[in-house]
Amino acid sequence: MARMRYNQALRLALAEEMERDPNVFICGEDVGQYQGTYRVTEGLFQQFGPRRVLDTPISEIGIAGLATGAAMVGLRPVAEFMTWSFALEAMDQLVNHAAKITYMSSGRIHCPVVFRGPAGVGTQLSAQHSQSLESWYAHTPGFKVVVPSTPADAKGLLKAAIRDDNPVIFMEHASLYGLAGEVPEDPDFTLPLGVASVVREGSDVTLISYLRCLHLCLKAAEMLEKENISCEVIDLRTLVPLDVDALLRSIKKTHRAVVVHDEWRNVSISAEIAARLYEQGYDELDAPVERVAGADVPMPYARNLERAAIPNENEIVAAVRRTLA
Amino acid sequence: MAKTIAERSARGELTRDELIDLYRLMLRIRRMEESVYQKFHEGKIGGYLHRYDGQEALVAGVIPQLRLPGDYVLCTYRDHAHALACGTEMRAIMAELLGRATGCAGGKGGSMHLINPDRGFLGGDGIVGGPVPISLGVGYALKYRGGDNICVCYFGDGAMNQGGVHEALNMVGLYKLPILYVLENNQYAMGTSVQRSTGQPDFVLKAKAHGIEGERVDGMNVLTMHEVARRAIERIRKTGEAYFLQADCYRFVGHGIGDDNTKGWMFYRTEEEVQKWRQRDPILQLQKYLQEHSLISAEELDQIEQEARAEVADAIAFAENSPEPPLDSLYDHVYV
Repeated sequence: MARMRYNQALRLALAEEMERDPNVFICGEDVGQYQGTYRVTEGLFQQFGPRRVLDTPISEIGIAGLATGAAMVGLRPVAEFMTWSFALEAMDQLVNHAAKITYMSSGRIHCPVVFRGPAGVGTQLSAQHSQSLESWYAHTPGFKVVVPSTPADAKGLLKAAIRDDNPVIFMEHASLYGLAGEVPEDPDFTLPLGVASVVREGSDVTLISYLRCLHLCLKAAEMLEKENISCEVIDLRTLVPLDVDALLRSIKKTHRAVVVHDEWRNVSISAEIAARLYEQGYDELDAPVERVAGADVPMPYARNLERAAIPNENEIVAAVRRTLA
Repeated sequence: MAKTIAERSARGELTRDELIDLYRLMLRIRRMEESVYQKFHEGKIGGYLHRYDGQEALVAGVIPQLRLPGDYVLCTYRDHAHALACGTEMRAIMAELLGRATGCAGGKGGSMHLINPDRGFLGGDGIVGGPVPISLGVGYALKYRGGDNICVCYFGDGAMNQGGVHEALNMVGLYKLPILYVLENNQYAMGTSVQRSTGQPDFVLKAKAHGIEGERVDGMNVLTMHEVARRAIERIRKTGEAYFLQADCYRFVGHGIGDDNTKGWMFYRTEEEVQKWRQRDPILQLQKYLQEHSLISAEELDQIEQEARAEVADAIAFAENSPEPPLDSLYDHVYV
């Protein structure tokens, strides 16, 4: 084990996978010479050279097409979007090409590509730079969607994503890049996609989350423990495949669930999770599923408004209380 | 001046057999395409259906010169001809059009998404301009791996107005990738002519603006297409740099089944114009050449015709007698 930051853990995953498999290469804006906007690719350009760490022009459609086409003929690209907000430009290549080529070809053509980058809200980056659109990708058959919340998970999941033969949408979070944690150093350490993690055991309510909000849930759980309310916290790790069984096992115990994410509330991941819990775990629920999510507004700039627009631990605590009322 | 077949071959000229192969391929494409609308009217083909009548030389003049597998071919939704030229069995094409399990894409792709990955045909694409960013990736992979294989990417005059095409062409020119672009300039993007859609209709100029050399070529003459493509392919294999062909051609039918049903193409072009281009039918041009140079007999022409018709009939029968994909295969291949 070694202690490192989330961005360093991602970097280590990339370096290890590139050493292991000569077909793995990186492309994106300022990933090479600039060392990466969030330093995720720091040093890789020096280590592997411009052929394997490709600096691209500002061309998201080009980046997505380059990665998709290269994957279709057997390379294993890891394409970076500087932020997932910028990937909007590339939606056709992502949704109409990368996600669908395996199905349209009856499995005769694969697309083992990873698209990665930071999602979600930073600090006062304003509307166009502050969305989290994981539900768009989770909604699209053909993608796997990965949302690592910790440095160890970032490493293990990115390695697994790179080794996966499907197109993977890998969403990091800008506010997590500096988060430090213990990370396994074994170059064969991977985490399976589609398996959630119970990061805190509890008996009164299940908190379900990922990325930035996962840590808010842990904070809320500590606050509630002082009132003798025992929270089980589940880190989803992946949205597709979704580990519904882990959620059902938990609500069999707790009978209450709160789903938390930064994404807009309307038509979101939490809406899908709530629906699945109702469909498959209705008899286990003693209260409606609570959802704590981003306010359905384009992200405002003013600090106080931004804070009011995204989940915080107090809102999670309030939601838990509602399930117990 | 008499030249031996060997001399002509060495200078890149075609042998009699090669010329007849070109003729046969174009005729097979034409007869195949002529059969598909009927199947649509019978309710056996659904959705969109785009025929290649008139554009055969763009495919026959290029694809037989490729190393398949090894090289790759990408094109847009008007892809039946490319699929056939890449060596896909007409049975597999027809079965795919009819949505049968024996189709080249298992009935999951349809007319616009024919594939033959064993021969490097990565497919048609339902999205205008879609294949161009993909070709950037294929070209990058070819350069990444080394060797002198190339990617040929077909797209239309309408696609040249898509933003993503220019992002990709810029990167191809920048990274210097082994791609041959064949712009299928059939003068119309569905119902909108080049004149009505494009501020600067010089497509070669646009490629050059991205750092890609190219030239304009008469896409109605397969011998011209063949020679220009031969030089281009040789150049790309040697230099590793992309080349762009603006192939001027014409489709004798409508954009698709939609505007052909009601002769809808008369809204945007005239019968006179269609007939003018029909005078330059690539199949008739080559047939005339073969006859004028005494390279083919009437019997051989007739035999090629009968074989093509028989192949089409066989493909249709095979398709019609093939099962649809089983219902429990609905969720197959969403993921590997």
